[in-house]
Amino acid sequence: MFKWIHRFGSSPFVYRTANWLAPVFGIGAAVCILVGLYLGLVVAPADYEQGDSYRIIFVHVPSAWMSMFVYMVMATSSAVFLIWRMKLADIVAWASAPIGASFTLIALLTGAFWGKPMWGTYWIWDARLTSELLLLFIYLGYMALRSSIEQPQTAARAAAILAVVGVVNIPIIHFSVEWWNTLHQPATITKLDKPSMHISMLRPLLLMVAGFQLLYFHQLMVRVKTGILQREARTAWVAELVADNRV
Amino acid sequence: MDSLPLSTGLLALFRSLLTRELAVAIRSPGQWLNPILFFIIVITLFPLGVGPGPNTLSIIAPGIIWVSALLSVMLSLQSLFYDDLHNGSLEQFVLSAQPLSVVVLAKVFAWWILGGLPLLLVSPLLAILMHLPASAIPVLVLSLLLGTLTLILVGAIGAALTATVGNGGGILMSLLVLPLTVPVLIFGSGAVQAAALQMPAGGHLSLLVALLALALSLAPVATAAALRVAVSAS
Repeated sequence: MFKWIHRFGSSPFVYRTANWLAPVFGIGAAVCILVGLYLGLVVAPADYEQGDSYRIIFVHVPSAWMSMFVYMVMATSSAVFLIWRMKLADIVAWASAPIGASFTLIALLTGAFWGKPMWGTYWIWDARLTSELLLLFIYLGYMALRSSIEQPQTAARAAAILAVVGVVNIPIIHFSVEWWNTLHQPATITKLDKPSMHISMLRPLLLMVAGFQLLYFHQLMVRVKTGILQREARTAWVAELVADNRV
Repeated sequence: MDSLPLSTGLLALFRSLLTRELAVAIRSPGQWLNPILFFIIVITLFPLGVGPGPNTLSIIAPGIIWVSALLSVMLSLQSLFYDDLHNGSLEQFVLSAQPLSVVVLAKVFAWWILGGLPLLLVSPLLAILMHLPASAIPVLVLSLLLGTLTLILVGAIGAALTATVGNGGGILMSLLVLPLTVPVLIFGSGAVQAAALQMPAGGHLSLLVALLALALSLAPVATAAALRVAVSAS
């Protein structure tokens, strides 16, 4: 039943799949983001309370969402790597870290630009802002640890342990910081509740979320390809690809 | 060590490791004396930087004492596994039939006696220097008792992960571990703040106990896994 999974242990197969999927995800992301931006910036009405400045939500919320989603992908694939020593899982974790860190940074920056007109300040020590900042530090720590251990095998395993330790800690950090101080508006979209948002604003937001998700998968495929080429630089099939100018 | 029987129980292993660690540390006092000095000096810097007004100091005292304790624990922890890794004893621990997490627990506990306990002992003195209300001092000591143990348990993971990193390992370890220690800082200084305002600190202290219980059960396993990686690399 699980025979198909072994094919993901073969680097040429994964490379070919990623090579095929990258443009698919890329086109999907471009369509979703362009349509989402049009609906969000042009079609959707201004908010009765926040005016036009609420429109930054269409970038802020998807990137904040992705910052956590990418960490979950990173931690899950790190656990898979630790348990089954699957090379691909390590490449996925390695590839995800800088993407996730970028989403976190975008969420923080757009949050700051949104905070200025709404709260009158770029930064406050609010629970969600603080835990997002700590998430950025955790991403940066992961990348720092990875790059400071020279032996690739050791670096991979040490970083995987750190990612798993981090995933146990993130909820604890989140709730302790929440208790410490909160001012942020509650989440706009939750699964269980009716969203506190009009459909004309909700539609572009969901499109942007889908677009950012696809953008992550696109970036992931591109970086997985790079990771495979780096690790397999000495093999015959990579030499063949280079010779045929197909990289 | 030669009086050790061939197969030892976990408790005997724990005890013999503890005596070994303490014996080693007592012969190099700098290892445990320097962090305490650091703790005291950092705290005395704050009145110089912020101004000596008793009102300001008593407001910021809980946070400052706690942050200084956090930093002094982190700075000293980097060398937790360094010697053992380089003189080969860590390899013997990994190869031994006993679970590595018990070894980690013994080392952490020894480190707490050397690096955590002295902080507790000098903290009342520093609380007085910082004009912290006398009623908050018992809570301060209790919160440091619970918190430093958790900090060392979590820090041990970082120390194990960076054991193979030579130069700059100390800064790297702090980068990895400091974000993870935020809950301890929040509830530790929160307890002292509550006590200073004559409010009950029980809630914060129970959460510190919860964090300690969690760290006590999970951190040694993660540390042991990281040590296996470090040993297989060197």
